[in-house]
Amino acid sequence: MIKIENLCKTYEVGGEIVKALDYATLQIDDGEFVSIIGPSGSGKSTLMNMIGCLDVADEGAYYLDGAAIEEYSDDQLAGIRNDKIGFVFQNFNLLSKLTAWENVELPLIYQRVAKKEREDRVSDALEQVKLLERKSHKPMELSGGQQQRVAIARALVTNPSIILADEPTGNLDTKTGEEIMELFHALHAKGNTIVLITHDEHVADQAERKIRILDGKVQEVEL
Amino acid sequence: MILQSVKMAVDSIFSNKLRSFLTMLGMIIGVVSLVVLVSIVNGATSDVTDSIASMGTNYLMVQVQDDKGNPLTLSEVQALTEKDSVWETAPYAQGNGTIKYERNSESVTLYGTTGAYYDIRGLSLARGRFLKNTDVNQNTFVAVINATAAEELFGRTNVTGETLSIDGYHFTVIGVLEEEESAVGNVSERLEAYIPYTVLSKINGRSRRVESFYVSSEDENSMDLVESEITAYLYERLSGDEDAFSVINSSTIMETMSSVTNTMKWMLGGIAAISLLVGGIGIMNIMLVSVTERTREIGIRKAIGARKQTILIQFLIEALLVSIIGCLIGLLLSVLIVFMINHIGDSVSASLSGDVVMIAVGFSMLIGVVFGIYPAYKAADMRPIEALRYTN
Repeated sequence: MIKIENLCKTYEVGGEIVKALDYATLQIDDGEFVSIIGPSGSGKSTLMNMIGCLDVADEGAYYLDGAAIEEYSDDQLAGIRNDKIGFVFQNFNLLSKLTAWENVELPLIYQRVAKKEREDRVSDALEQVKLLERKSHKPMELSGGQQQRVAIARALVTNPSIILADEPTGNLDTKTGEEIMELFHALHAKGNTIVLITHDEHVADQAERKIRILDGKVQEVEL
Repeated sequence: MILQSVKMAVDSIFSNKLRSFLTMLGMIIGVVSLVVLVSIVNGATSDVTDSIASMGTNYLMVQVQDDKGNPLTLSEVQALTEKDSVWETAPYAQGNGTIKYERNSESVTLYGTTGAYYDIRGLSLARGRFLKNTDVNQNTFVAVINATAAEELFGRTNVTGETLSIDGYHFTVIGVLEEEESAVGNVSERLEAYIPYTVLSKINGRSRRVESFYVSSEDENSMDLVESEITAYLYERLSGDEDAFSVINSSTIMETMSSVTNTMKWMLGGIAAISLLVGGIGIMNIMLVSVTERTREIGIRKAIGARKQTILIQFLIEALLVSIIGCLIGLLLSVLIVFMINHIGDSVSASLSGDVVMIAVGFSMLIGVVFGIYPAYKAADMRPIEALRYTN
C-alpha cells in the first residue's frame, strides 16, 4: 500500500527553481491498477521516482507498506526497490550483455536467493510473459515487445508490492503496445498492484483509477 | 554474489579485448622488469658470494708493499702462530713456469707455500699428501698438482711418486688435489702446482723474504681479534707506516659485496616498481572510462536493487582481475626470459626466487585495489535517477 502525504520536491534548473511536486497527496491500495497521467513536465516522472524510491522528497511523507521511506539510507532504499518494487521502463533498460534469463535473474541475485529457487522463479516469470523459449537470447536479438516482456518478467520475479511502469508502451507500435497492456491486465487479474505512468489518455483509461497530475499538483479522476 | 561479479568482470574484460590487453600491458611490463631484473641481480649475487665463500671466511690476507729494507722472514711469519688468537699462518708466493712430463709441456701457475696453506684455504686431496714443514725446511723438490694438471700431463690422476720437471728442475709428485668446482660451475682449467716456499724462492732466485701470507683464526668469532693483533704487529714491525701493508678480511669483502648487490637489487626493484605503478595508473584510467561508459548499466542495477557495496565490489573485482591477469602473464614471460638468460647468456646468470614472485603478485594486487578503488567508488556512489537518465 502506498500512502503519500504533502510531498514536495523542487529542482534548480539553470538558476530557475522548478516545483516538480507541490504538496502531492495520494493513496494506492494493494491490488489496484492505477494510472498516473499528465503532460511532460507535469511532475509525473518525479512522482514516479518518489514512488519507486529512486529519490527522496524535500518535504512530506511517503509510507510504503507502512514504512516511512524518507528515513531510509541509500542502501536501505536499494533494498526496498529490490524487495517491493518492480520497474518497467519506457526504453526497457535491460542489460545488453546479459541474456533474457540472466536479466530476469539479477534482482534475485541481489536478494541472495539460492540458485535452485532462482531457477524456479525465473522460469516461472518468463513463462508468465510467454518468453521461456527465448531465455538464452540477448536483448539485441529480441524485438521491442519481447524486450519489454523480459523487463516485465524481471519486475514481477521478486513478487513486488507494486509494479511501477513508466510509459511501458511508449517505444512500441500500437499492436505490440496492446499486447503489453493485455499482459498488465492479466497480472492485475492475478492480484498484482500496478501503477502505470503515461501521457496517453487511451492507455490511462484502461486502469481502474486515473490520477491526473499537473504542475506538480495531484488531481484525482475516478473512472 | 562474488562469483557473479567475477563472471561479469571476465565478460567485460573479454568484450573489450584490445583495450583490456593494452591496459594489462602496463602490468605485464612492470612485472617482467621487476622479476627479471631482480633475478639477474640475484644470479650475480650468488655468483659473487659463492666465489668469495669458496675462498673461506676465517682467514686474513696480508700483503707487505714496502718492507723498509728489512723484509719479513719466513720464520717471523711462522712465529706469529705463537699469538693466542692466531691458528696458522701460510706465506705464499705465486709464479709462472713450464711443467713437463715426457713429451707433454704446459704452462703452470706455481704456488710456493707451506703445509698450513692446505688447512687455511680448505683444499682437499684426491691422492697422496700435501706439503709438510719438513719439505719447506729441507728444500725438498716435491710438488702437489691439481687434477687438471694431472689430467693434462699424465692423462690420469693416480700419479703420486711420478717425477716431472718444472722450469728444468725435477720434482716428485706427492699429491693430487681433488677436481675443483669453481663458482660458475665449470671445472678450473688452470694447471696449478704447489711447491715448498723455499723451493720457489730458489727457482726464482729470490731470497726467503715474505711479501704475502695468510693468517687463520681459531674460529670466525676471533677474526676481529686476529686482525687487530696482526695489524698492530705489522705497524710496529714496519716502523709505524700503516700504508706499508694491507690486511684484507674475506668476510669484509663479502659484506661489502653483498651490500653492493643488495643496493642494486633495491634500486632495480624500485625502478621496476615504478613501472608497475604506471601500469596501475593505466588501470585507473581505463576503469574511469569504463565506469562512465557503463553509467546506464549502473543505474539499471541500482534501480533493481544493487547496493553500493555490490557495485563497488563488481568494479573492484574487474580492476583486480585486470592486474592479476597482467601479473600472471608477466610472471610467465619472466620465467621464460630467465630460462633464456640462463641458457643463452654466457656471462649472465639469473636466479628466480620465490620472494620476488610473491612480491610481484602482492604488489600487483595492491595496485589493482589502490587504483581500482576510486573508479569503483565513483560507480557505487552514482545516484540511480541520474545514472538512468544518462545517454551515451
